[in-house]
Amino acid sequence: MSIGSSSISEIVRGDRAIFPPYLYEAYRSTLRRAPQQALIDVPLTLSELTGPGPRLAAVTPEDADLTTNAGTGGEALGQRIIVTGRVLDEDGAPLPQTLVEVWQANAAGRYVHRRDQWPGPLDPHFLGIGRCLTDAEGRYRFLTVRPGAYPWKNHPNAWRPAHIHFSLFGPRWGTRLITQMYFADDPLLPLDPIFNAVPSEAARARLIAAYDHDVTQPEWALGWRWDLVLGGPQATPFEPPFDARAEAQP
Amino acid sequence: MSRIARTSSQTVGPFFHDCLLRADAQRTLLASESRLGQPIVVAGRVLDGEGQPVPDAMLEIWQADAYGRYQHPADTRDLPLDPQFLGFGRGGTDAEGRYCFLTVKPGAVPFDATRLQAPHLCLAVFGRGLLNHLYTRLYFADEPATDTDPVLAYVPAERRVTLIALPEPEGERTLYRFDIVLQGPGETVFFNL
Repeated sequence: MSIGSSSISEIVRGDRAIFPPYLYEAYRSTLRRAPQQALIDVPLTLSELTGPGPRLAAVTPEDADLTTNAGTGGEALGQRIIVTGRVLDEDGAPLPQTLVEVWQANAAGRYVHRRDQWPGPLDPHFLGIGRCLTDAEGRYRFLTVRPGAYPWKNHPNAWRPAHIHFSLFGPRWGTRLITQMYFADDPLLPLDPIFNAVPSEAARARLIAAYDHDVTQPEWALGWRWDLVLGGPQATPFEPPFDARAEAQP
Repeated sequence: MSRIARTSSQTVGPFFHDCLLRADAQRTLLASESRLGQPIVVAGRVLDGEGQPVPDAMLEIWQADAYGRYQHPADTRDLPLDPQFLGFGRGGTDAEGRYCFLTVKPGAVPFDATRLQAPHLCLAVFGRGLLNHLYTRLYFADEPATDTDPVLAYVPAERRVTLIALPEPEGERTLYRFDIVLQGPGETVFFNL
């Protein structure tokens, strides 16, 4: 569990094959925001083994339909898609009644957000936000439109691949996860520093949704399937605290 | 059963506000849900490695109620539970990097079978440029138990100060000031969860 601190780029959390390092120079926003000190391992206590997830449940069915939840009476423009999958723990057991919050650009690659000012068109019928709870089998399901790619200022001619942001709590404070879902056929993926900050090819592949014709609904919407696995340390490794270790050394 | 691999983390990016901080998703007024306990303000700034404010960060907090009980099924201790207090907060930073929560001071919670932890808040920091969120804790300078907290004991002594909020009078509440320094001199201690 212990993490060395020899190099800034070595500072990661958890499994270093899965989680990105904090400093990833190709993603310029990390340069002044990545911590330089190693994360400190501590025993897990009731504080980390609890969390708000099980009590966050205030959603309506309309929240999961991003094509109409702007409430304008109109429907969002773009390729209608269904995004669905399961939320599992590291044993493969479903995580039911877990809040899933999503946000995304519209079909033209534009966010409603006031700080997104590139000249992609806004869609008055699309807010790009949704939420739902997983069902008893851990399934979530959103109806939305496929987001567009959009430019950003990270480097010359930089474009983010199409993606949907996901935020989940899971059962404990340590299972909190914010991540992004990508699309299997996107040519921008090899060029994107945020996606490629994930260190292993296997872990990157798990961020990519698969087209699923069984999810596709005739005359209505294309189906994409993406599962998420939440986890984190659960046992308490009892070691002497820092002072005791220091005093034990000659 | 064999373990399956976790889903990796990605940055929250700059455009999360309309979703995660919409009126019914942000929670900066935890204490209005409760009349139990000592009402407090927790406020400060999030700063980057050049000492500049981080105007697009999001903070979440998780804490026990005034009795030291967590609103969670895993907390099965025989203690009173304040049903009106969830103990979860979520808020953003403003243009000067400032955040603010109104809550109650939590009670002490157990460390192990025999020892208590000092009252504390758990915090998670999200932001553009943070490919993973950061976990930290806030302790209270005016709680005697802070000096002997068994989790703080794992933090090198010279860095513990970054986790201890100082009280300031603020009307009827006490304000605890807690700046979060992401990088560089005075860097806040973050935990590996």
